[in-house]
Amino acid sequence: MTHTWDFATIIQNWQVLWVGLKGTVLIFLVTVVLGLAGGLLVGIARYARSRFLNWPAMAFVEVFRNTPVLVQIIWFYYAFPILTGIEVNPFLAAVLGISLNTMAFSAEIYRAGIQSIDPGQWEAGKAIGMTYNQTLRRIILPVAIKRVLPALTNRGIEVFKMSTLASVVAYVETLNQAKLIADLNFNPIEAYTAVALIFFVVLYPVVQGTYVLERILKKGD
Amino acid sequence: MVEWNFLAVFSDFDLLMIGLSNTLKVTALALLFGVPLGLVFAVMRLSTTRPLSMAAAFIIEFFRTTPPLVQLFWFFFALPILIDVRMTPFIAAIVTFSIQSSAFFAEIFRGGIQSIDKGQWEGAKAIGMNYRQSLQRVILPQAVKRMIPAFMERSIELLKTTTLVSTVAYADLMFQANDLAQKTFRPLEVYTVVAVMYFLLIFVFSQLSIAVERRLAQSGESTVR
Amino acid sequence: MSEIVQISDLHKSFGDLNVLKGIDLTVQSGETVVLLGSSGSGKSTLLRCVNFMEEPTQGSVSLHGELIGTEAGGKMQYRESELCALRTRIGMVFQHFNLFPHMTVEQNVMEGQVTVLKRSKSEAQSKAMTQLERVGLADKASEYPARLSGGQKQRVAIARALAMDPDVMLFDEVTSALDPELVGEVLKTMRQLADEGMTMLVVTHELGFAYHVANRVLFLHDGKILEEGKPQQVLKNPQTQRMREFLDGHSLFKLPD
Repeated sequence: MTHTWDFATIIQNWQVLWVGLKGTVLIFLVTVVLGLAGGLLVGIARYARSRFLNWPAMAFVEVFRNTPVLVQIIWFYYAFPILTGIEVNPFLAAVLGISLNTMAFSAEIYRAGIQSIDPGQWEAGKAIGMTYNQTLRRIILPVAIKRVLPALTNRGIEVFKMSTLASVVAYVETLNQAKLIADLNFNPIEAYTAVALIFFVVLYPVVQGTYVLERILKKGD
Repeated sequence: MVEWNFLAVFSDFDLLMIGLSNTLKVTALALLFGVPLGLVFAVMRLSTTRPLSMAAAFIIEFFRTTPPLVQLFWFFFALPILIDVRMTPFIAAIVTFSIQSSAFFAEIFRGGIQSIDKGQWEGAKAIGMNYRQSLQRVILPQAVKRMIPAFMERSIELLKTTTLVSTVAYADLMFQANDLAQKTFRPLEVYTVVAVMYFLLIFVFSQLSIAVERRLAQSGESTVR
Repeated sequence: MSEIVQISDLHKSFGDLNVLKGIDLTVQSGETVVLLGSSGSGKSTLLRCVNFMEEPTQGSVSLHGELIGTEAGGKMQYRESELCALRTRIGMVFQHFNLFPHMTVEQNVMEGQVTVLKRSKSEAQSKAMTQLERVGLADKASEYPARLSGGQKQRVAIARALAMDPDVMLFDEVTSALDPELVGEVLKTMRQLADEGMTMLVVTHELGFAYHVANRVLFLHDGKILEEGKPQQVLKNPQTQRMREFLDGHSLFKLPD
């Protein structure tokens, strides 16, 4: 059986895909910012000596790292509203699931970064009269974050791919819109190929950039 | 205040157990095909024949940069149009996750193979071994040991990713949960129980992987990521 | 005496760098030939061209009068199977041993016999023990290489190469990575091999070994053979300025009168 590829219907429906793309970018930006910024706070808490900070942070990381994101999204969509009475729309459910998951993963990245810094740096900060917070903010974090930049970029790439999971709760993003086009025009092959290509074209340069970044940082360290 | 009622969930718990066993089945089969395929892609990528290494690089990068859900939809809805096969959710899941995880395993294999000292290739070559013999007898036995932690981590990721098969109506744990939630009108309890089940399953594997990594570190074995 | 290795007009370059610029060398059966030269002179590259760890850019290598490779369009072509078969007949010992860390000493010595020569396990095992006895390490058969000293590792590497029953042995700076007190045991093993009539091609900085054991010494400089002859003659009466400078650099070496 030979299939004649026909992308005409995709191009005709570019506006439908465009709406989806905007949805993808929106949810990506929100979740990546919340996830990486929140992860920094959790990572610092995870590193703290105080048990009141350390233990809850560890529990948070373990729970959200060890459950599938899709389960989290579905839980926030169907179970969370019953528990709290808060109304949750698809966008919110997906944002909660993806950003909490990203927070947990990036917290471990930040923690590893902080731990990789020579203890002498902490002592040097102390010796010039800096407080713990000052040393952390002014001396430790700038170097630690630079070191884990490739790992954070990889996380960002994962977040971008994860955004497609929002389609499961019918949030309007690229895959969801492709499904719509496929159902209306009976052309799933072109529709899903187009989505795959879109993601590849966006992420491939980013991945290559990460390799370059890794090499530059390795040289500088 | 919400009243929790787990009775409905536990009276139909066998539904979830079927789902759990299907989840494990898909994971195991994807590993069974994905790991050897990953080795093939890694060897191709390391090949000095350029078309071969470029083809492998493309496949690996493509499957690493596209979302698994898109891949699953593609194999389930699109592939049967391209080639004349009867696609079931189960087959689509196995095909997708085998290839998808093979792309990641390929990079782990490559890292492991490249981490072995060049002298080992020379030692093997000097006693007359060809490429395949050197790889099989000398390089891989050493490389695989270093790859174990990365391997386990990727397998855990795979286990989590298999939840996606619920979207093409394969009866994994996630799908059974949706089913049960609709049947019992108890989404809170059902999804909470299922989340806990996933957590326990994955947590156990994670702890196992951490223990193995520690053992390897103690025996002085370096690991690759 | 018969010719074992014959090298003619051998050239090797890495990119723009010409390392070997036309080497002619014939090694007779039972001969020990030592290659001397400062680093960068091409001596290791020459050795590695003999068993095709490096493929020559130009020129030819013959083993027992048999030309290695086939000529096609003015260039030599080598098949992997041909080179693998060749390497079973040429033993090589490296500076950094390159023992297989995941195998015991005995398994290291058996590996090539079983995997490449397809000998039976029991035959390979008895051969392995014979060679380990020859280098004085039979009692270490079931140890892993990590538990051995550098000198012991190198002797295992020698046994591993010998177990293939090679026609000629190549030694590539085999004592350079060893602590000084461990050099002696390896040189002793090599001397014993030479005395037993093994054909050997040796790259080394040990001038004492060259003087006492070699039948012939070659001095390489800038990819060419600059001096060649009996060790007494080359080491005591160097003809070129380069060779004199090289010998002066090895002040620790005192020639017996």
